[in-house]
Amino acid sequence: MTLLEIRNLSKHFASGGRNVAALTDIFLTLEPGETLGLAGASGSGKSTLARILMRLLPADRGSIRFRGEDWLALSGAGLRRRRAGMQMVFQDVLGAFNPRATVASVLDDPLRIHGVVPKAERRGEVAALLDRVGLPTSYADRSIREISGGQRQRIAIARAIATRPSLIVLDEAVSALDVSIRGKILELLVELQRERGIAYLFVSHDLAVLRAVSHRIAVMDAGQLVEAGTARQMIENPQSPTARALIAAVPRLMTGPPQGHKHEF
Amino acid sequence: MKVIQHLIRTPESAIGLGILVLLALVALLAPVLSPGDPLRIAARPLLAPFTDPSFPLGTDRLGRDVLAGIIHGARTSLAVGIAAAFAAIAFGFCIGLTAGFAGGLVDEALMRVVDAFQIVPSFLLALAFVSVIGASAPVVVIAISLGAWADPARLTRAQVLSIRERDYVASARVIGMHPVEIALKEILPNALPPVLALSAIIVAAAILTEAALSFLGLGDPNVVTWGSMIAEGRNILRSSPSLSIFPGIALIVTVVGVYLFSEGLTKTLAGRRAEE
Ligand SMILES: Nc1ncnc2c1ncn2[C@@H]1O[C@H](COP(=O)(O)OP(=O)(O)OP(=O)(O)O)[C@@H](O)[C@H]1O
Ligand SMILES: [Mg+2]
Repeated sequence: MTLLEIRNLSKHFASGGRNVAALTDIFLTLEPGETLGLAGASGSGKSTLARILMRLLPADRGSIRFRGEDWLALSGAGLRRRRAGMQMVFQDVLGAFNPRATVASVLDDPLRIHGVVPKAERRGEVAALLDRVGLPTSYADRSIREISGGQRQRIAIARAIATRPSLIVLDEAVSALDVSIRGKILELLVELQRERGIAYLFVSHDLAVLRAVSHRIAVMDAGQLVEAGTARQMIENPQSPTARALIAAVPRLMTGPPQGHKHEF
Repeated sequence: MKVIQHLIRTPESAIGLGILVLLALVALLAPVLSPGDPLRIAARPLLAPFTDPSFPLGTDRLGRDVLAGIIHGARTSLAVGIAAAFAAIAFGFCIGLTAGFAGGLVDEALMRVVDAFQIVPSFLLALAFVSVIGASAPVVVIAISLGAWADPARLTRAQVLSIRERDYVASARVIGMHPVEIALKEILPNALPPVLALSAIIVAAAILTEAALSFLGLGDPNVVTWGSMIAEGRNILRSSPSLSIFPGIALIVTVVGVYLFSEGLTKTLAGRRAEE
């Protein structure tokens, strides 16, 4: 069964007399365990799509079906409960955490809210999550401010997988990280996908990153979906000028077929 | 405790902190430092300062000990100042939170009220309030906080509006946190510190307003205050200027101390935010 089905999704912003069509009639689908890369220049509407999907922003028009349910019709407690199934990792590795939080409290919140494990086992589960994302369990008592950007993004990933979601939206999740760390985080994401069958909507303006992790890539331009196809197809034979421009922006984009989920950095 | 370490590092806030600690000690220990009622007659009237070691600052027209008045006056000044600032910040914070969270018409209405209170000079407001209701310590506190709650309300609202848009609030929504919990755990604790940084300046203004009210005879008549001492001394300013000068100095030192401290506090908070 299709995991996610976006139909006719539109959104405009009216700010200061200007009317910006941030999304126009977007159609997208995502299968379980699949990674859909979402490319596009700055301002093309990628984050807007991600935020509507996360129900952080209302849509003007269109429908979203997630796990067979009308996702946009949910509200209140029903929505909060089902949010466990769809999580998000943000670009800003610091802004995504309450400055007063500790690592343990960040990971404990989703476990507590969704009752993922019985209360007595929550500490153990926090440790297991830390371990899974490659951090020492002693980090639990640290303040979020005391750890590095790469480590924070690992915590963000741990928080996202805590509720055992079937879809994670990653909005420029590795863009702010050092190149050396970026590869390790991508590797972690790919491992988690293989292990748990999580689907990713991977937003990035960097086609090299998308090429490394995506099964399919969709390209957006000025709020419209201009092209979509398998990652390989898209990069070897781009149809739209937008896609060609994005490819031209990456000097050494490997064009070989993706071998499973290998990525070179 | 880190905050205090930061504060001591800059000289001006260290001085400010020193003055405030000293004042607080004087205020707290007033009954020990100068036992008995400071309003009772202690010696011959108009004893000049620095002449009698048991009354170092002399006595006033009625023979009351000036030093005792200053020591006990510190109590009143600090107590009224802190109580008024606390009331103003607590009230302003609640109004600002309500406006920021409710939005729409509630926000609009509350902010017009805030505007109104900001336009009216706070001293006039306090003056009018005390003259109508009558002078007593709680009335003076309320009168002063009436003119001081608008700034914290405005700042709190701005904080709430800005924090609401942060990614960590979005993260909290994404993990399914209840809106009430988001307000209490994610927004409120982060909105408070900058508002608290206003407190020192409000305390300083409150101390001055209290002194001005007492000067005009609108303070609580049963306690000695620096403002009422200055007012008393004014009648014989030419023959015994020290009667007005000593409480005046106490007032200036206090306000400068509070001001220096608040500067340091603001810088410390800003610095900590920059480090984050
Ligand atoms: N809250 C808002 N109010 C008004 N306009 C907005 C708002 N959010 C986004 N926009 C506009 O909508 C368009 C799409 O923005 P969006 O953030 O989705 O782009 P993006 O593809 O994520 O860009 P980037 O790669 O820079 O993150 C832009 O023109 C932007 O200016
Ligand atoms: Mg974006």
